[in-house]
Order: sequence, then structure tokens, then C-alpha cells
Amino acid sequence: MNIIQKLEAEQIAKQTEGKTIPDFQAGDTLRVDVKIREGERERIQAFEGVCIARANKGISSNFTVRKLSYGEGVERVFPLYGPAVDNITVVRRGKVRRAKLYYLRGRTGKAARIAEKKDWHRKK
Amino acid sequence: MRTGLIAKKLGMTRIFNDNGHHVPVTVLQLENLQVVAQRTVEKDGYTALQLGAGTRKVKNVTKGQRGHFAKAEVEPKAKVAEFRVSDDALVDVGAEITADHFIPGQYVDVVGTSKGKGFAGAMKRHNFGGLRASHGVSISHRSHGSTGQCQDPGRVFKGKKMAGHLGDARTTVQNLEIVEARASEGLLLVRGGVPGAKNGWVLVSDAVKKALPENVPTPAAFKLPAKEEAAPVEAAPAEAEAPKAPAEGNEE
Repeated sequence: MNIIQKLEAEQIAKQTEGKTIPDFQAGDTLRVDVKIREGERERIQAFEGVCIARANKGISSNFTVRKLSYGEGVERVFPLYGPAVDNITVVRRGKVRRAKLYYLRGRTGKAARIAEKKDWHRKK
Repeated sequence: MRTGLIAKKLGMTRIFNDNGHHVPVTVLQLENLQVVAQRTVEKDGYTALQLGAGTRKVKNVTKGQRGHFAKAEVEPKAKVAEFRVSDDALVDVGAEITADHFIPGQYVDVVGTSKGKGFAGAMKRHNFGGLRASHGVSISHRSHGSTGQCQDPGRVFKGKKMAGHLGDARTTVQNLEIVEARASEGLLLVRGGVPGAKNGWVLVSDAVKKALPENVPTPAAFKLPAKEEAAPVEAAPAEAEAPKAPAEGNEE
């Protein structure tokens, strides 16, 4: 392991302390609890939508969540190990055949459905 | 004026700070960084420290250089550079400079050799606008325009910006913040990018355009080699503690 990887592993260990990141992949519906600071106060806001992409690259890993808000498509890219991400919950497992679901951007309603994965079980 | 140091660029990563913000950092490593020679006013007419970093195989070192390194009683160095210092900031030959020479939050200037880009056109090299995409322009969309006037100078002025070799030149980046300095591993984490490719040597010194913080180690943070038993062992702790003491004042 080179020094950069070691530094990143150290950072990941520090950021995931007391936090569990569930197994999830593109197609899953996620609820992301985001910490929002308003002056002195800190509150948590949930962002729920379909994970359409995930990039695994050490400390810089991120994932994209897309949802429809008042008929308008909204996408947010979250850093997987960012301190602003308080908690990630998998609401539903989707069955998809792509790693990146960018095709959902052009679709709404019935065309944007994702079948639920029924045979999912946690990897040991 | 304190000495700078020679470091190797390892690459970039990111760090999440206490506010939860992400900070892009370049990781620099100190490799066997030692003082190789001193330049003094009496002998050389100016005051400076010659530092050396890295290691080189003895068989690849010329006889003259072998003698130079032998005189300093250090291993042959891959990279040698001089830093101008003030008279009171000289450090003994053979002393190893450590990463806590810089403290988090202080600003530094970094000098490196930028990546070579080869022969580049005027658009890439000097940010020229190029010619139009249509309206009769043929073939020369990315060319520079006119290079001068008419028969009255009748020549192109020297220094005219044109196509040519880009990159692979000494480049300085000023005012980069030190995010972390780990003396144990010899690592410096500097906010932002640093010129040059990975594994390239860079020179890091106190920022010329920012005031030096009060509590930086002066003249430098260093360890003396604990080779011979009697004298240096005694000297080392005393010397090592000295730089930890707060600076008397900021010298220009």
C-alpha cells in the first residue's frame, strides 16, 4: 500500500467511526440523512430517491441520488465518506442491468420504474 | 529568513476537516533531507544552506560529488538545492530537517518543474482566441493572428507570443496553506496543487507574501545525527529542543 492509499484508509476509518454504510448499488432507492447547519443549529434533512450512479475511488467515493421534486428532476451527488452524510438507509433494492442509470434522466412516470430485487441477501 | 526544504511530490488526495468541508491536498514527502553544506559571507559572499534529499547509488555519483558528500558525512543525494537564509538561521552540516519545520495553517511557496507539454500552439500556450470557425476562415482556426505591423518595423518584435515549447519549466506557486505536517512519517500536506509530475522534486519555503507565524521553529526543525557517542548525543537533545522554542521575532 503506498502512502496516499494509507492516508486515504486512515481518513476513511476516521470518517466511518460510529457509522455504518450499507451495501447498496445503482438502482436501489436510498434515504440519505444530510446534516444541515443553520448558524449554530444543526438539523437533519432526508433526501430520498433512486441511486443512479456510484463511483468507488477511496476517500473520494461518491454516489448520485435522483428524485422528482414537484415534477422537476433533482440529482444530488454525495461523498460516501463525507461528514455531512449522517446516515444512509436502503429503502428498496432495484433490479437493474446497468452500473450507471443515466437513461432515467429522460424518463418519468411508468417508463422510469425499476423492478424490485427479490432475491437479495447480504453478502457475508 | 529560514531555510526551505526539498520534498518529493507523491500525489493528491482529499481530507475532510473539522468543519466537514473537503480540502484538496497534495502529499509531499521528505526523504533523507539533510544539510550538505553551508555558504557563509566570509567564504562565499552570501549566506545559504545547501540541502540534499533522496538517495543515489554510489556508483552513479561522480568522484567530485562523492568527495563533497563525504566531507559532509552524508549519503549521496539525488537532489541538491540551496536556500538563502539569514545569518542566524544556519543549521549544522549533517542535520536532518524534519517535516514539523512548517506548522499547520502557515503559508508556503512551492517551486517545481511543470509537466512538459511539447510544442504547443498559441491557443494552448498563451490563451489566444484563435480565428473564427466560419466566415471564410480555412485551415487556420487555431492559429495566432497577425504578428506585427507593416513595412515600418518590417520585422517581428522580440518576445512576440507564438507557438513553441510549453511546460517543463521552473514554476512557483505562492501562498499554499499547510494542512498537516507529520514529522514521524516525513509527510507534508499542502492545500491545493503543486507543479510537476508525481515523484518529482519540489522546493518548499515560507511564503514571501504572508507574515510568518510566531511559533514556527527557528532556525529550523531538525535532528542531529546520533552517530558518534560522546559529543553529538549530548548536543542533540539540547539542539533539538532549541528549535521548539518560540521564535524571538519574525525576520524578513
